[in-house]
Amino acid sequence: MNVLALLIPISLFLGGLGITAFIWTLKSHQYDDPSGDAARVLAEDDLHP
Amino acid sequence: MIAACPACVGAPAAVGLAQTTNSVQLSVPSVRCATCISEIEGQISQLQAVASVRVNLTLKRVQIETDRPVREMVLALNQIGYDAYPLDARALANDVDEEGRNLLMRLGVAGFAMMNVMLLSVAVWSGASGATRDLFHLISAMIAIPMVLYAAQPFFKNAVSALRAGRLNMDVPISLAILLASGMSLFESLMGGEHAYFDAALSLTFFLLIGRFLEHRTRSAARSAAKELAALEAYTAERKTENGSETVAIEALKLGDIVIVASGMRVPADGQLITPKAITDRSLLTGESEPVSHAADDQLHAGEVNLAGPIEIQVSALGQDTRLHQIARLVETAENARNRYTSLADRAAQVYAPAVHLLALVSFAGWFFWTQDLRHALNIAIAVLIITCPCALGLAVPAVSTAAISRLYRLGFLVKSGTALERLADVRTIVLDKTGTLTRPDFNFDLSDFGAEDLRIAKALAMGSAHPLSQALNTHLCDHPPAELTDLHEIKGCGVTGFFGQTPVDLGRAKWVGSDHTGLCLKIGEKIHTFPFHEPLKTGVVDMVKDLRAADYDLQILSGDTQAKTHKLARSLGVRKFGSGISPEEKRSYINKLADQAQFPCMIGDGLNDTVALASAHASIAPGTALDAARNAADVIVIDDTMKKIPQVFAISKKAIALSRQNFGIAVAYNAVAIPIAVLGYATPLAAAVAMSLSSITVLINAARVGYEK
Repeated sequence: MNVLALLIPISLFLGGLGITAFIWTLKSHQYDDPSGDAARVLAEDDLHP
Repeated sequence: MIAACPACVGAPAAVGLAQTTNSVQLSVPSVRCATCISEIEGQISQLQAVASVRVNLTLKRVQIETDRPVREMVLALNQIGYDAYPLDARALANDVDEEGRNLLMRLGVAGFAMMNVMLLSVAVWSGASGATRDLFHLISAMIAIPMVLYAAQPFFKNAVSALRAGRLNMDVPISLAILLASGMSLFESLMGGEHAYFDAALSLTFFLLIGRFLEHRTRSAARSAAKELAALEAYTAERKTENGSETVAIEALKLGDIVIVASGMRVPADGQLITPKAITDRSLLTGESEPVSHAADDQLHAGEVNLAGPIEIQVSALGQDTRLHQIARLVETAENARNRYTSLADRAAQVYAPAVHLLALVSFAGWFFWTQDLRHALNIAIAVLIITCPCALGLAVPAVSTAAISRLYRLGFLVKSGTALERLADVRTIVLDKTGTLTRPDFNFDLSDFGAEDLRIAKALAMGSAHPLSQALNTHLCDHPPAELTDLHEIKGCGVTGFFGQTPVDLGRAKWVGSDHTGLCLKIGEKIHTFPFHEPLKTGVVDMVKDLRAADYDLQILSGDTQAKTHKLARSLGVRKFGSGISPEEKRSYINKLADQAQFPCMIGDGLNDTVALASAHASIAPGTALDAARNAADVIVIDDTMKKIPQVFAISKKAIALSRQNFGIAVAYNAVAIPIAVLGYATPLAAAVAMSLSSITVLINAARVGYEK
């Protein structure tokens, strides 16, 4: 059971990482235009700047 | 770069500040795909003085940072083939969707916490015991307690405000269940107890937040779209000054000011006509389709459209005193009455909330008297609260209305009110306005039978009269040069007469020129032509009427226009019941009469004269071209101005309500199974988690059905 002492902090850390990432996406306005972002992937703008 | 002052050269930052660009917001409804985005952004960003362009495909808006006027940007977009409408930056300023992001944040936090706690719970369910179980419970508590306190705040707030007002709503049992479950579980964990409901408290919060978030999204989308449309109208007037004129806001006008109304513009305020003659279109105010001529000193009302040359009016009424405002007051009263409508979810909550509380209380009391074990009794009561907690009920309506409203949006309808779908589903009688709703308020002369010379004569004659019909014909013949006529004079009430060379020519009423037809006639020598003119039907009206009749709705036309015209239109559409020459107040009382007969009338109209009826009707629809007062009063706005799809609004509403009821049924069925288990004390945290997730997911999947085409 000693392995728990290691696994629990790791899983809590990973969970924390996930939620931090989520908060970052929210704060950086990534949910403001979901359908636009989905369409922009298809644009070929990056080929000719 | 030319600096305005020498100091700016020394301070480049000041130059940057001095040249702050404006942000122009445009609504571009035709943006659909990736190509549109790159086309708009590519083309517009190449324009001079455009700092940046950003298309928002979700909101169908374009935001341009530029210091050039909005009009130029609209033209630029028109040139590359997109309709664009400027939005009022003021109205949109407080449109930042803080609340939505706030809810999304809580949703995300609850979701993450739920997953982590669920993982820990799986270990407990699969047989952890003793110190390990207690440790897992305590770790769960560490995650769950702060997360619940943060994520479930919207429910707590609503519950508190409901309790303050002495009411019970759905949020009261929700808050109670979440708080009691977390609190009791914390106590159990500290005492080394067997069952902890942290995962249940979190998944409750999570599922219910989904419902809340969906509800908010549809509501805010509708709200901001309504704001957008309201922002389309300009609220300025051209005031005459000693040296020319100035543009001022309507609020800044004073009694006695002289206002210039250019051709084609709306009269901004009630006032007396100063110009000797004027012709206005007052179809939005009264529903009359024919232009009305006015002489000097006549009273003009705000909202009339000037059809002829520029006119001047002296402002005679402002603010509270205008006709416009009187109508607005009536609308307000009617809307207050409508806001008392109780939604399906509220009605369910009124029955459900007390029932749940009573049930929990009864199980607590029963177990306490039977076992004398306070802790056990409390645990069972909490299990009952969690199991019965309206997870599925909280999702039942919002999930369906979100799916239905977004489907209607794709079809070109904006649903503005949350309860609109329910009210639309009740409708049995549909009352239609004529001008602006079924027909376009302009004349369409059929010139196919005329030779070029005839038209030139007609043009010359039409120019000789100020009668609205002649004026309309005159405008219609703008491409034709007038013929040379001699001895031209107007006979009041009959028409215009003159000579073309040696031939006598007349333009006027059918009877006067000696024709058996009706309408406007042109007589050249002995030959008589009639100008067939009709009010053109809006696109899709015929299909709409056909489909609505097929769906068994009672159709009626109520118009402010003349008996003859209304009758003709009603007959051509096959609508038997119609009324003509009806004032706004009469429209309202007619609607109220229908409502008293339990006909659940739906008003479809666009004018100021319909506004009161729109607000008093059980449900209402306005075309996108409607006056903003009418759009504000209506529940549903037709964005792309085709009437053809209106029957689908009713069909989808009906389907949505049927699905909502079905969802309630599913939720109740789950409860019927789960409640006895909980009351008898067999509910474990695992059973609670399974029941809750299953019922919520079933309800969500069932709701998605409304979004599918047949």
